[in-house]
Amino acid sequence: MNTTLLKCFGTDNPIMKWVVRVLAGMLIVALLAMPQIPFAQQALWVRVIGYTGLYIILGIGLNVILGFGGLLHLGFVTFYAIGAYTYAILASDFFGYHLSFWLVLPLGALLAAFAGVLLGVPVLRTRGDYLAIVTLAFGEITRILITNLRSLTNGSQGLIGIDDPVFFGRTFDSGKYYYYLIFIFALLVIFITSRLRKSRIGRAWNAMREDEDVARMTGINTSYYKLLAFAVGGFIGGLAGVIFAAWQGSIFPDNFNIFVSVNVLCLIIIGGVGSIPGVIVGALALIALPDILRQFAEYRLLLFGLLLVVMMILRPAGFLPSKRLQIELGQTRAGPTPEKIEPANSSTGGNAS
Amino acid sequence: MALLEVRDIHTYYGNIHALNGISLSVEKGEIVTLIGGNGAGKSTALNTICGITPARSGSVLLSGKEITKMPPHKIVEQGITQAPEGRRIFSRLTVRENLEMGAYTQKDKDKIRQSLEQVFEIFPRLKERERQPGGTLSGGEQQMLAIGRAMMANPRILLLDEPSMGLAPILVQEIYAIIERLHGQGTTILLVEQNAQMALSICSRGYVLQTGEIVLSGSGEELLANEMVRKAYLGEN
Repeated sequence: MNTTLLKCFGTDNPIMKWVVRVLAGMLIVALLAMPQIPFAQQALWVRVIGYTGLYIILGIGLNVILGFGGLLHLGFVTFYAIGAYTYAILASDFFGYHLSFWLVLPLGALLAAFAGVLLGVPVLRTRGDYLAIVTLAFGEITRILITNLRSLTNGSQGLIGIDDPVFFGRTFDSGKYYYYLIFIFALLVIFITSRLRKSRIGRAWNAMREDEDVARMTGINTSYYKLLAFAVGGFIGGLAGVIFAAWQGSIFPDNFNIFVSVNVLCLIIIGGVGSIPGVIVGALALIALPDILRQFAEYRLLLFGLLLVVMMILRPAGFLPSKRLQIELGQTRAGPTPEKIEPANSSTGGNAS
Repeated sequence: MALLEVRDIHTYYGNIHALNGISLSVEKGEIVTLIGGNGAGKSTALNTICGITPARSGSVLLSGKEITKMPPHKIVEQGITQAPEGRRIFSRLTVRENLEMGAYTQKDKDKIRQSLEQVFEIFPRLKERERQPGGTLSGGEQQMLAIGRAMMANPRILLLDEPSMGLAPILVQEIYAIIERLHGQGTTILLVEQNAQMALSICSRGYVLQTGEIVLSGSGEELLANEMVRKAYLGEN
């Protein structure tokens, strides 16, 4: 992708907007057609793109919490795990329940949303770094719990033989079905969250992220909106978890280690916090690329670190930063005129007193 | 009955006793000012009224209704809004979005449009910069925006925390002219200031706050003439 293409996401130029729309449309058609056109290594590509899509869903979920709500949650894996284990417990041979995927999908997501609220209540008063530390612990507690609650999760042996979803008599017995399932849900969560951001709720999140105290002074119930961000993010994470469990067919505690949270966080940061197109680019860079470059596996972490460092220097707001962040960067880096920067800075200085 | 009545409030930050039993009242249509030095507890008093730093004991009454234990967003609904110290506008939101946030508790769209027109009428400068991010405004404009944002909820009482802070003298004059204009239109104002001269010259009544206690009160002229006030706050020997 060239830089003009990158930049046009943030501009109001109508022609560029249409170019982007057409390109996005072509991409969607290509992605939809890909599993139908046979080519070498097709199964691999279906898997890689499906997996990337799963991380896009996860990224969109965390983006609600971090990008919209401004809450640095480092235990996002909790929601993913709850979704996955809900389905694995209710639709495998382990307990012998074989509930329908379509029933458990909303159930697992709701349970994850509920967990988001439950874990959100004690951290309502913590901010920034402290919130990060506490939620990091939640993520680890989740992994330890599922390792040790053997009667429910079968411990480190994991749950195997998880049912494939059945849709109008058609069993999801190949990767293609999951590919389309993930594709639809990714579009769905992208659509819903982008609507949400423009709504009254989105504006409240915006204000809360900018300045929590002032948000309260303007009449925003910040506790409610924080919990709502955790719930919505948790719901989306739970959805991804259910789909993941069904697709993989077997899940183990190790699928839910801290690196899931870290990966999701990194893909958001690389793409641009708060930006939905950014999540997609981040997932491509972080999930698809390493999978495609599997033969260079030994250098993956090295390249990864290098990428992060280069990002910090060249595009600190991410590849496709959200408009809001671009406005801010416009002020602090390539601002319109230096005179105009002055008052903005003096006001932030004033905040500290 | 006073519009706002504060009775013997004690507020703490952890173990620090920031407000040591202060009482004050504001009648409808008044400008009442609260002056005092750094750390006297002026901002804390406003934040306690707003519910941001709730009082541990004592009570805050709005038209006789107890609001002491209400969360801040409920207090805004009751009709108290604040233009906080240091302005604290949403720097990434545009001027218009900032103002719209101020009307967050208002449900009636026509009323919001009306308030917006009123604010733009009082602050034509904000109208000019409607689409500009708040952070790109000058200090004086940001203060106007902060006051405008607080006005958007049609408050019964407006709390202003050091509107003159960090502004050039000419801008202080301008802001104070606007405060008097708002007062002239019937807005009830509780004004906190370090700039005692300015505040006392426009207020109906004033209170002097020192280390969390009210040590003096009276009309603006009385306080301006008071020797202790002259020495401590107006820089006279």
